[in-house]
Amino acid sequence: MLELRAVTAGYDRRTPVLRDVDLTVADGEAVGLLGPSGCGKSTLARVAALLHRPDAGEVRLAGTPVPGFRHRAPRALRTTVGVVFQQPRQAADPRLTLRDLIAEPLRATGRAAEVADRLAELAPTVGLGGDLLTRGPHEVSDGQLQRACVARALVLRPRLLICDEMTAMLDASTTAALVGVVEDYRAATGAALLAVGHDRVLLDRWCDRVTHLASGSSARA
Amino acid sequence: MSAPLLTVADLSVRFRMSGGRTVAAVRDVSFTLAAGQCLALVGESGCGKSVLASALLGLLPGNAQVRGAVHTDGRELLAADEDVLAREVRGRRIGLIPQSPAGHLTPVRTVRSQLAETVRELTGVRGSGLPDAVAAAAARAAFPSDHLDRYPHELSGGLAQRAATALALVGDAPLLIADEPTTGLDRELVDRTVDELRRHADDGRGLLVITHDLSAAARIADRVAVMYAGRVVELADAKGFFGSPGPRHPYAAGLLAALPEREFTPIPGMPPELDALPEGCAFAPRCGRASAACARRPELTDGLACHHALDPAHA
Ligand code: SF4
Repeated sequence: MLELRAVTAGYDRRTPVLRDVDLTVADGEAVGLLGPSGCGKSTLARVAALLHRPDAGEVRLAGTPVPGFRHRAPRALRTTVGVVFQQPRQAADPRLTLRDLIAEPLRATGRAAEVADRLAELAPTVGLGGDLLTRGPHEVSDGQLQRACVARALVLRPRLLICDEMTAMLDASTTAALVGVVEDYRAATGAALLAVGHDRVLLDRWCDRVTHLASGSSARA
Repeated sequence: MSAPLLTVADLSVRFRMSGGRTVAAVRDVSFTLAAGQCLALVGESGCGKSVLASALLGLLPGNAQVRGAVHTDGRELLAADEDVLAREVRGRRIGLIPQSPAGHLTPVRTVRSQLAETVRELTGVRGSGLPDAVAAAAARAAFPSDHLDRYPHELSGGLAQRAATALALVGDAPLLIADEPTTGLDRELVDRTVDELRRHADDGRGLLVITHDLSAAARIADRVAVMYAGRVVELADAKGFFGSPGPRHPYAAGLLAALPEREFTPIPGMPPELDALPEGCAFAPRCGRASAACARRPELTDGLACHHALDPAHA
């Protein structure tokens, strides 16, 4: 599903945060990527989500070599991946209601007609009932906003989900609930997962296998 | 036992919102904290625990209404005016270790310059004594002296946390409040940060740790207070709570069971909106043990607010 070969990436070419990293996630597989803060695991998640262009190396997604990143990534590849980040407040446009936040990827890909159906399916799945969908990010808790961000990541039915520290801000119950949402989705669709985090206990429980990204060095996984 | 360092009695905080809504963020919370002791206040985001910390420090926004009493060192804090709080309480009686240290440090100044200013302000040391006092302040929080000339953005999360802790310790306040001190840190760093905080309690300070991280709470606390929808629902000895006999309130039990090292099953549903709390037990819609009796609000008695508490010792 996802293959990173000899990927070097960072924000300054002289001091890359990732050096020569290999990582494979098979179809349907759930891989946990564990590492201390500052080891580059979030950069790796961004590369895998086609949001950050590596300085060197190859990324293959669903068997296709990725020809470009960010806005240069072909839409068909971009929509293959759903991403959830650690900080829902930084990831969410504060002007949108939760409903529009979740629906935005559909609208951006010319599928506005599906919004009503998809929302009717997803809102109960992530536990957003009542008037929560009509509220803005500042009118809900971190946990509620992260539920919306998970729904948004699922809205295009991605074949690969990337969860970068998805639960680091959340309490134990919300964590278990959102991991449950992701796992139900994977069970129903066979989607693969790359879960990036720092909590070994959580990743061991969640993923098929867990690999370690050491600080400033390379990972072979 | 000596008089408690901190006594919180029937503390309630409400916010007046636009459109006439009222949000009851903290309701009737009472607890005490002794010197040398660590109390962990745990609960999910939005349960009121951070509002409670702000109330103790007099840092609530203007639309907050506060009831109750908070005593430390013979002084009542809720009625004190801002001037007194700023001059005599914050930093001197109560040190705050903030939720996001990076945001609490001034970005354009080195750690050394910020520590020096705080040392001058709170201890009166100046001139030739200042460098040593700054070095001592850094050492107290295990902040490495060769990093003192760095700017906050040049620090790792762990070191930023230590810099913020060093600032909080300068005034030698007998009471420390740490608000989510481990958010975003990886597990090894959480353990180290928590152990360092614990040392300050072992040195005789009172330590109030506000956290959603149950493993961190289990590691650091002597006592644990579980908050749900603005109320303390269980107040217990940490060892018994996290170990045996275990929690007794159904919410607390559900929270612990949700941990990945335990059952990893969530509590169904979500916490209630704080502007539309039910009459009776706020946990009732999510509680497997709820009965008709739960339409009446359970008061906190002997550390427990529940009509049908679990009895783990006889389970
Ligand atoms: S009072 Fe009733 S509803 Fe509330 S926690 Fe106890 S059993 Fe559950």
